[in-house]
Amino acid sequence: MTEVIATNETILVVGGGISGMTAALEAAEAGKDVILLEKRPYIGGRVTQLYKYFPKLCFPTCGLEINQRRLKANPNLRLFTMAEVDEVSGTEGDYSVKVTLHPRYVNENCTACGECAKAVEAEFDDEFNYGLKKRKGAYLPYAMAYPERYVIDPRILGTEDAERAKAACKYDAIDLDMQPEQIELKVGAIIWATGWKPYDAAKIQPYGYDRIENVISSVEFERMMDPFGPTGGKLVRPSDGKPAKNVAFIQCAGSRDRNHLLHCSRICCMASLKQTTYVLDTYGDEAQVSIYYIDIRAIDRFEDFYRKVRGNPQVKFIKSKVARIDKDKATGDPILQGVDTEGYHRYANPHDLVVLAIGMEPSVDRFPVPVVVNREGFIENDPANGGIFAAGCASDALDVNRSVQSATAAALRAIQVVNRVARAEV
Amino acid sequence: MSQDLNTAMVEKYRNDFLKEVEEKVEEGEWVRMCMQCGVCSGSCPLGPYWEHPPQEIFMMIRAGKREEVLSSSSMWMCTSCYNCIVRCPRELPITHIMHGLAHYAKRLGLAPKEQPTMKFAQLFWDNLVKQGRVNELKLGLSLYFMNGFSEGVKTALKMAPVGLGMLKTKRMNPMEMVGGHKVKDLKGFHAMLKKAEEIEAAKIEKQEAEA
Ligand SMILES: Cc1cc2nc3c(=O)[nH]c(=O)nc-3n(C[C@H](O)[C@H](O)[C@H](O)COP(=O)(O)OP(=O)(O)OC[C@H]3O[C@@H](n4cnc5c(N)ncnc54)[C@H](O)[C@@H]3O)c2cc1C
Ligand code: SF4
Ligand code: SF4
Ligand code: SF4
Ligand code: SF4
Repeated sequence: MTEVIATNETILVVGGGISGMTAALEAAEAGKDVILLEKRPYIGGRVTQLYKYFPKLCFPTCGLEINQRRLKANPNLRLFTMAEVDEVSGTEGDYSVKVTLHPRYVNENCTACGECAKAVEAEFDDEFNYGLKKRKGAYLPYAMAYPERYVIDPRILGTEDAERAKAACKYDAIDLDMQPEQIELKVGAIIWATGWKPYDAAKIQPYGYDRIENVISSVEFERMMDPFGPTGGKLVRPSDGKPAKNVAFIQCAGSRDRNHLLHCSRICCMASLKQTTYVLDTYGDEAQVSIYYIDIRAIDRFEDFYRKVRGNPQVKFIKSKVARIDKDKATGDPILQGVDTEGYHRYANPHDLVVLAIGMEPSVDRFPVPVVVNREGFIENDPANGGIFAAGCASDALDVNRSVQSATAAALRAIQVVNRVARAEV
Repeated sequence: MSQDLNTAMVEKYRNDFLKEVEEKVEEGEWVRMCMQCGVCSGSCPLGPYWEHPPQEIFMMIRAGKREEVLSSSSMWMCTSCYNCIVRCPRELPITHIMHGLAHYAKRLGLAPKEQPTMKFAQLFWDNLVKQGRVNELKLGLSLYFMNGFSEGVKTALKMAPVGLGMLKTKRMNPMEMVGGHKVKDLKGFHAMLKKAEEIEAAKIEKQEAEA
């Protein structure tokens, strides 16, 4: 049984993405006792699945590495991966939280040598790559995963694969008898940083995401650029592996739409502009990019980035929400059908590949705690939430910069709560 | 009367055609919600044949192109397939606005005179009012002869096999030519229509008075 000592001066952070990491680190570095819970077997959240960050076009790995180092160095911060909150009761300054810790079947002896993965035969859809690739039943979720420790997929338990993995491990790191554990934590304040999920592209019926192979989502496009990703870093078409030189982006795919998400997801205009640079960098003079948009929302300091992309003659901006995508049966080309707003010209444009700039929605459908949420399901900053605060994309569709700002604000609010508790107890 | 109404409306709204549409056209208050994304135009099966697809009509309304909109044949092309409504990201009742505009244009006497949909709608209505039931035989014949006598004979001959088929399967009764089937309470039906006409007339009168 895991013994976790927490008090009502402890701050609990739920979700270990960039926002949760930031909130936890800020509070811990201010001297507070912090527990960080992450559902996945590793921290970093969805930015780990991005290739580059706008607007600087630097690699997210760099910032993640700094945060990992801060985390390792801080004795006030305790991290639990594969952890999920079941229930929260109590009030500000005095919460009781029930948590389930799911078994990893690999203990801290693991050196990430990888022998277990070699020994296992069974393969499953790789979640990190949105199922575009397979991974073994014993795996490291991605190359830079922290904690750097392998995971045994529960689906191989009871099979020969499990025994093979155990036999292959020279460090006695595999424990097939691990069980789920329930723990109860007493904490003073809670920060929800459970982030976002991509809107289900298949729900946008006229775009044929589920019918046309060369129609993909923006999160999948990020994975294609990763040298360890499903295409080994090549920008190619899923249907035939041919280079995707003529790429179309469809903006507001599922956002600003009363049939789908009501809100503007805020980041997808910049995400497409960034992904345009991927195409330009990959294919140089041969690249052709078309961006179909309602209006481009590259807010404040992003305007420069937008201008630069717009200035490139290889990039076309078409003011029109695409009505429908058809598939050219002979070539596999998606054909975009619609009418543009600047002149009302009807078009039927073939492209090699179409990327749907998919919207962001809250990753959690229902929070296991009474919090005030807005129409879109994001947590509101409301006094009725007591000592529960939201950070990052749990509070709104935000980019990394704004997520981190919101995380720092949430940490400050939580610190105020536990400070009040501390004063009352003196 | 329609001429007067038109003049009155021009007087009243002068440069604000959007306001006129909002106040006078059924569901017209939705027009300003349009964000010009183009999905309706791109989704309309009749789109390629329209002079101005719905998105453009909405922009023309905002731009105050009163004559061009109301005398356009575009909104008469709408087949009520509802493709646009289900896809519009702003849930505009586009189909209803199209019908509202067409109806308003007809009331003002601005609808294009030879618009076939409008002519057919009138024939259908006149036919229906007589007996309270649509007389398919008469409606079909008047439709064939809509464009003149010789054209009508040609169309009638071309359509003869369809008509015969309908006769055979009892979908059409040759006795319809003399009298034809009717609703049980024809008098009541006509009284009802008269009442509806009165209500509508009062509404229009009120509008004219306001103007
Ligand atoms: C295509 C695309 C490209 C983008 N590119 C950029 C870019 O270039 N630059 C930029 O600034 N932003 C970009 N963004 C936005 C960026 O991804 C987000 O700002 C960022 O991921 C927000 O981080 P977060 O920690 O709030 O959420 P997340 O990254 O979603 O992290 C949430 C974490 O919480 C965990 N979690 C969820 N539920 C639970 C639970 N119940 N219990 C415990 N843990 C839980 C999750 O596993 C995850 O680890 C892009 C977004 C998209 C869609
Ligand atoms: S579990 Fe054992 S075999 Fe697998 S990576 Fe870790 S140390 Fe190596
Ligand atoms: S950020 Fe751009 S693409 Fe995303 S919802 Fe807003 S306007 Fe549409
Ligand atoms: S689909 Fe709706 S919002 Fe878009 S142009 Fe048509 S009416 Fe306007
Ligand atoms: S309802 Fe009318 S306007 Fe709408 S798509 Fe169908 S035909 Fe076009």
